[in-house]
Amino acid sequence: MQSLIQPRRNFLAVSGAGVLSATAVAVLAGRAAPAKAQTASMADVNILNVALGLEHEAIGAYELGAKSGLLQKPALDVAVLFQSHHKAHRDALAAAIASLGGKAVETKSLDDYAKALNAGTLKSQTDVLMLAARLELGATNAYLGVIPAFKDAKLGQVAARLAADETMHWTALSGTLSRALPATALSFGA
Amino acid sequence: MRRFACAGLLIAAITPVAAVAAGDGARGRELYETRCIGCHSIEADRIGPRHRGLIGRRAGSVAGFEYSPALRAATLVWDAATLDRWLTDPEATIPGQRMSYRVGAARDRADLIAYLTTAR
Repeated sequence: MQSLIQPRRNFLAVSGAGVLSATAVAVLAGRAAPAKAQTASMADVNILNVALGLEHEAIGAYELGAKSGLLQKPALDVAVLFQSHHKAHRDALAAAIASLGGKAVETKSLDDYAKALNAGTLKSQTDVLMLAARLELGATNAYLGVIPAFKDAKLGQVAARLAADETMHWTALSGTLSRALPATALSFGA
Repeated sequence: MRRFACAGLLIAAITPVAAVAAGDGARGRELYETRCIGCHSIEADRIGPRHRGLIGRRAGSVAGFEYSPALRAATLVWDAATLDRWLTDPEATIPGQRMSYRVGAARDRADLIAYLTTAR
């Protein structure tokens, strides 16, 4: 698993309140959790589980797009690449939730995602890319919007890194769709 | 003088603690499309529950949606004031909730609420 947290020293130099976080952060970074983890912060677990649900849905959305027959190369390759990013996010979040003593939410069926995302209305490659861009922008803002709520500031930084990936996806998709870049600064989050 | 003081208390008792300014529903829709769409939609349950019919609905009451225990137990009914509190700080409004997404700017909250009010 690719490390989400570097350098290590910045995150393990923690106060007593941060010991719990070190467990989650270590897992997110692909390292073994400390042997004696403290009781998990359920508030942070809840936020991470919402994020995990979002990642499950993103994986499903790209799966629907890839299987639709509507995507042609190179857009198909990009969709598969972005789906792999979301799978890495999923794995990291699930491991972090487990390290905090929480239970990771399960993915839903592809049919459930198709219904929730109204995938039956997708008729062209542009439709698929527009849906993907919409979800990526929503994910960016979702991650940015929950950062202040984390009890552990280090998990807030993890959320910011996830948001950066989603922003990269949105930017690439917007370019493919020939959409203009944001006209003003600070257009994400708020 | 005491009569005026009592009148003042009565007015304070019947006046909402924090009135929510009238919002711009069109701008609220734009905000919804960028900020809420990651988890919600008007018509379908996704990571969060659907928003059609939100105003006047009891929190945690969409049939078939898997809420947190905190939301299921909540007695709060969604209106402009309760939504404003929720969007300002969900955890302070219903401790144990799962959303945690905050909308910091009062104008943004008012505009989002104005839009959600149209989704009856």
